[in-house]
Amino acid sequence: MSADLIADISIFVLSVLVGFEVISKVPATLHTPLMSAANSIHGIVFVGVMITAAAAHSTLGYVLAFVAAAFGAMNVVGGYRVTDRMLKMFRKRPATVDAEHVA
Amino acid sequence: MSTMQTIVSFCYLIAAVGFVLGLHLMNSPASARRGNQLSAAGMVLAVGATLAQVIDDRVITTTGWIVLGAGALLGGLIGLRAAVLVKMTAVPQLVSLFNAVGGGAAALIALADFVRLTANAGAPITPRTMVATVLDVLIGALTFSGSLIAAGKLQGWITGNPVVFPGSRYFNVALAAVALGGGGYLISGSNSAAVLIVVLVAALALGVFMVLPIGGADMPVVISLLNALTGTAVAMAGFVIDNTALIIAGALVGASGGILTKLMADAMNRSIANIIVGGFGTGDAAVTSTTAVGGDVRQLTAEDVAIQLVYATKVIIVPGYGLAAAQAQHEVRDLSKLLEDRGVEVSFAIHPVAGRMPGHMNVLLAEADVPYTELKEMSEINPEFVQTDVALVIGANDVINPAARRPGNAVSGMPILDVDQAKNIIVIKRSMGHGYAGIDNELYVNPKTGMFFADAKVGLSAIIASAKALVATG
Repeated sequence: MSADLIADISIFVLSVLVGFEVISKVPATLHTPLMSAANSIHGIVFVGVMITAAAAHSTLGYVLAFVAAAFGAMNVVGGYRVTDRMLKMFRKRPATVDAEHVA
Repeated sequence: MSTMQTIVSFCYLIAAVGFVLGLHLMNSPASARRGNQLSAAGMVLAVGATLAQVIDDRVITTTGWIVLGAGALLGGLIGLRAAVLVKMTAVPQLVSLFNAVGGGAAALIALADFVRLTANAGAPITPRTMVATVLDVLIGALTFSGSLIAAGKLQGWITGNPVVFPGSRYFNVALAAVALGGGGYLISGSNSAAVLIVVLVAALALGVFMVLPIGGADMPVVISLLNALTGTAVAMAGFVIDNTALIIAGALVGASGGILTKLMADAMNRSIANIIVGGFGTGDAAVTSTTAVGGDVRQLTAEDVAIQLVYATKVIIVPGYGLAAAQAQHEVRDLSKLLEDRGVEVSFAIHPVAGRMPGHMNVLLAEADVPYTELKEMSEINPEFVQTDVALVIGANDVINPAARRPGNAVSGMPILDVDQAKNIIVIKRSMGHGYAGIDNELYVNPKTGMFFADAKVGLSAIIASAKALVATG
C-alpha cells in the first residue's frame, strides 16, 4: 500500500467521524434541510466530473462525461437552491402580514 | 507538486472547512441558512479551483470543453428550475432525484476512468483503482436506480405499496451475488469491460428491486439510507481519481446519511435490515395485535371540535402523515392562528418520522408560516401533554398508539407522543383504518377521545368555519 493511499483512507475515516460529530447535534426540526444540504455537498461530484471530462479522449469517454456533467450540475445547483429555499422559510415570527391583521 | 496543484489542494481544504462549518451551523434554525450559504461558497471555490487547474493542465480537448459546458448548462438549468418550482410537499422526491443523479455521476466517473485506462492497452489498472472503481460503480449505480424508484414512489408514479413477487428475496440475493462476484473477478486482476457492464447492470437492477418492496411509510428511512450511499459512492469516486475534495465531502455525507438512517429507524422502532429486507405490509412479518380494542368510538362534528378548541387554554396539535398527504399545512396554520388570536396557547408536537422524509413536517409548517419556536420535538413536548386541554391529532396513528408502551406488539418500544395524557383528545382521521403497523389504536376508544372522520384538509376547513362563526357570535 502506498503512503498516498493510506493518507486518503485516513482522510476518509476522519471525515466520517467529523460527519457523525457535526450531524448528531442537528435538531429534528432541521432534518429535511440537513439532508438536502448534505445532498448538495455530494454535488462535489461535479469537481470529479470536470477532471474526468478533461481526461476524456474517446467518443465513449465524451458521452459519459456529458451525462455525468449534466447529472453533477443538476445535483449541485438544484441542491443548494432548494435547501436555501427551505431554510428561508424557517422564521421565528410570521413574516407575512395577513389580511386579517390589516383589517 | 506544482504551484497550481498546491493552490488547488489548499482551495479544496478551505472548501472542506466550509462544508463542515456549514453543517455545524445547521444546529439551529437561526443560523442554518448561513450554514448552507457557507457550504455553497466552499463549493464555488472547489469548482473554481478545479476549473483553473483544468485550464492550466492544457490536456482537455475542445470536444471535452463542449461536452463539459453543455452538460453542466443543461443539468444546472434543470436543477435550478426544479428547485425553484418544486412544492414543499414534493421536496422528498426532488431530494431523491438529486440523490439519484449524484450517485449516477459518481458511477459515471468510475466508468469514464475505466474507459480511459483500458484504452491504453498494456497499462494495467492498479488494484487500488480497481477496488475503488468496482465499489463506486456498485454503490453509485445502486443508489441511482434505487433513488429513482423512491422518487417515483413518492411522486405516486409507482405504487407506494410494497411491490413483491414470489422469490423476490432470492432474486435480490442472486443479483447481489452477481454484482459482488463480478466485482471480485475484476479486482483479482481482470480488465474486462464486459464484466464491469455485468456489475453495472446487476447493481442497477438491485437498486430497483431493493426499493420496490419498501412501503411508502418507510420512505424516511430509505431516503436517508440512499443519501448515505450516494455520499459513499462520491467518496469512492474520489479514490478512483485520487481527489481529496471528493473523499472528504463524500465521507461527510455518508456519515450524515448514516446517522439520519439510524435516527429514523429508531423512531419507527425498526431495524435497518428489517426495512431493507421488507417487513410490515409485505405479509411476512408477524403482525400481531395483542390489544383487543373494545369500547365505543365517540364521534364528533366540526362544531364539537371547534367548541372544544376555542374554549381551551392550551392546545397541542399533532400533525402526521395524513396531514402531509392531504397538503393541509396551510389550513392547520390558519386554525392555529385563529386560536392564538383568541389567546389559546398553541404548539405543534412533531414526531421525528412525521411526513414523508426526516423532518418533513417541520418544513411544511414552516412554509405555512408557523414560527419554528412553536414546533416542538418529542422529548420537549411530551411532559406538556398533562397540562394540555386539547390534543388535536391530525392524520397521525402509530406514533400516538399507547400500545407502544407494552411489549408484544408491532409498535412495542417505539417512541410515541404522550397524547393520551392530555385532558381531551380529538383525532381527525379519514376512517378507523389501521396505521402502517397494522394494529388497532386503543387511543380511539379512550373515553377522553373524540373522533372527527374527515380528510385533513376538508375537516380543518370545516372546523375553521365553525370556529369563526363561534367567535363571531360568542
